[in-house]
Amino acid sequence: MRTMAIVRRVFKQMLRDKRTLALMFLAPLLIMTLMYFLFQNNTTQVASLGVHHVDQSVVNVIDTKNVTIHHYDSSQARKMIKQHDLDGYLTQKNGQLTITYSNSNPTNTSLIKASLQSGLVKLKMKTLVTVTKKQRAALESQQAALKKLTAAQTQATVTKLKTAIAQAQARGDQATAEKLQKQLKQATATTSSSTQSAKATSYTTKSHYIYGSSDSTFFESFLPAFLGFFVFFFVFLISGVSLLNERTTGTLSRLLATPIRRSEIIMGYLIGYGGFAIIQTVLTVVFTITVFKIHLVGSIWLVFLTNLLLALVALTLGIFISTFTNSEFQMIQFIPLIVVPQIFFAGLVPVDGMASWLQAIAHIMPLYYGANALTAVVTKGAGLGDIGVNLLILVGFMVVLTMLNIVGMKRYRKV
Amino acid sequence: MATDYVIAKQVSKHFGHQQVLNQIDLTLPAGMIYGLIGPSGAGKTTLIKSILGMEAVDSGTVKVMDTVMPNRAVMAQVGYMAQSDALYETLTARENLTLFGQLMSVPKIKLAQMIDYAAGLVDLTSQLDKRVSGYSGGMKRRLSLAIALIQDPQLLILDEPTVGIDPELRQQIWTELNKLKDTGKSMLVTTHVMDEAERCDYLMLIRHGIALAEGTPAALKQQYAVDTIEQVFLKAGRMQDANDGNR
Repeated sequence: MRTMAIVRRVFKQMLRDKRTLALMFLAPLLIMTLMYFLFQNNTTQVASLGVHHVDQSVVNVIDTKNVTIHHYDSSQARKMIKQHDLDGYLTQKNGQLTITYSNSNPTNTSLIKASLQSGLVKLKMKTLVTVTKKQRAALESQQAALKKLTAAQTQATVTKLKTAIAQAQARGDQATAEKLQKQLKQATATTSSSTQSAKATSYTTKSHYIYGSSDSTFFESFLPAFLGFFVFFFVFLISGVSLLNERTTGTLSRLLATPIRRSEIIMGYLIGYGGFAIIQTVLTVVFTITVFKIHLVGSIWLVFLTNLLLALVALTLGIFISTFTNSEFQMIQFIPLIVVPQIFFAGLVPVDGMASWLQAIAHIMPLYYGANALTAVVTKGAGLGDIGVNLLILVGFMVVLTMLNIVGMKRYRKV
Repeated sequence: MATDYVIAKQVSKHFGHQQVLNQIDLTLPAGMIYGLIGPSGAGKTTLIKSILGMEAVDSGTVKVMDTVMPNRAVMAQVGYMAQSDALYETLTARENLTLFGQLMSVPKIKLAQMIDYAAGLVDLTSQLDKRVSGYSGGMKRRLSLAIALIQDPQLLILDEPTVGIDPELRQQIWTELNKLKDTGKSMLVTTHVMDEAERCDYLMLIRHGIALAEGTPAALKQQYAVDTIEQVFLKAGRMQDANDGNR
C-alpha cells in the first residue's frame, strides 16, 4: 500500500518531466544510431604512402585499395611525411627497403604494414612461381622426349607381337597366341597410363560462421555491451539524482515523518524506476533489432531479464552513491569514478587478456557480469543455464546494495 | 485523568562537541497549544525531531501517546509540518495530499473527504489541482499545514507554521488552531513571531539548548516584570549570558 503510493508518485513525477523521459528513452536510440553508422564502414580506411626510387614491381604489389601511393623525388622520409601529410614513406637502396611511419594514426600504420608485408610475400611467391615454371618447362621437354622413346618402343613391341600372334594363329597354336595377346594388352596399357600428367592442386576457401555472418560488424559485437551500459548509466543517474533531490528538498525527511518503513521507500523506488528501465530496455532492443536488422541468436526475454537486473543494480547503486553527495554536481562527479570504468570491463577489451589485478577489478564491476551475459545471449544464443551464474551475481549486488540503502536511511530516522 | 500527549524527560542531545539539548523537560497535555520560542539554532527543531522519534536522544526519554519514542506506528497519530516546505513540486496539491494521506493510512473512502476538509481549513480548495511549482511561498506553507492535518491527528507538531503567510491568513490559521484545540487536539508550535507566542496557552523559552523559562504568557510576563513576551525573551537571554560570563 505505502510502497505503491511511492511507486505512483515516481511514475507521476517521471511522466511530467518530459526532458528526463526523452533523455531516458530517446538518447540511447540516438547514440545507437550514431554508432551503427560509425562502425558500418570500417574497411574503407585509406592510408597514404610516399615512395622514392622503389622498384615498380614492389610498388605494384603494395598498391591496394587500403593504401594509395604517391611518388616523390626526395629520400628524406621525415621531411616528406610532414610536408605532404603522409602516413608512411618507403625508400629503396639496392635490395634494402626502408620504411618510415608517421604513426600519428596507428590504424593507418598497421594498414601500410599489412600491405607491405603481404605485397612482399606476393612478390616472393611470384619469383618462386617463375623459377618453378622454368623447371617445369625443362621437365616437360624431357618427358616429351621420353614419351616419344617409349611410344616408339611400344610400337615396335606391338608390331613384333602382332606378327608373332599372326604366326602362332597360322600355326594353329592357340595357347601361345593367347599368351601373346595378353602381352599385347599390357604393352598398350602402359602407353595410356603414362600420358596422365600430374595436375597442380589449387586451393579455394569457403567460409562458415558459427555466430553471425560475413556481414558482422564491430557494431554487432559491441551492441549487447552497450545495451547494458545505457540502461545502467541512465538508471544510475536518474535514480541517484531523484533521491538526492528528495534529500535536499526535505521530502525524504518528510516521508520519514510518516509511519512508512525505510524498506518501503526503497522498494517503491525499485519498482517505480525499474518500470521505466524496462520500457527503456524494450524500446532500445526492439529498435536495434527491427531498424538495424541485428541478428539476435538467443531469447529476447533473457535480454530483457538481464537488462532489468542490471537496471536494478544501477538503481540501488545510484541511491547508495547519492547518500554521499550533497548536490547534483557532486552526483555527476561520480560518473567518471563509478560508471565510466565499467565500460572498459564490459567486453570491449577482452577481460581474459588483462593483467590479473585488472581481472580482479573486472569481477567487482556489475556491468562485467551483465554485459557478458548479454553478449552471450545475443551473439551465441546462450540459455538461462549458461548465464545463470552472472544473473545470480547481479541479484547479489542488488540485495547487498538494497540492504546498505535501508540501513543508510537511518541517518534520517532512527526507526 | 487527562492524558498527556507528549512527555519528555531530561532530554539531552549533542552533535559533535555542541550540546544542542540540555536536560529538557516538556509535558503536553490534551487540548493545549504549546509554544516553543527561541532564536535560530536554539535547538527547537532538534527537540521536535526527538519527540517525533527521528533523532535519537543521548539521554532522557520521550513518550508520545504513552509510547516510548522512537516508534514508527505512533507517527501515524502525529501531524507534522516541517520548517521547510517539503513538497513534490511537479505534483498538484491534491496529489501531494493523496500521497501523504496514503502514507498516513487514511482509508481510501475517507481520503477525498479529508482532502476537502484539510484544503478548506487552509483556504486552498480552489487551487487543489494546480501544480505546486506554481504556488507562492504562502500557499506552499498552507499546503504543508493541510498535509499535517490530512489524517485528522490528535497531536500536531508545527515547526514555524506561519512563516511567509500574510497577516490576514495568519489570523485565520490561528482561529483554526484554536478550533482544533477545542476539539481536544494539542499542538506543539515553534515560532519566531512574538505576538504569536502570546496566543499560546503555554510557552517554553529555549536558548543554547537550555529551557530558560516556561509558563503561561501571563505568568512569564509577571515573573520578569515586563509587558511583552519579547521583553521576557530579551531579559531571559541577557540573564543567561550574564550567568555564562560569571562561570
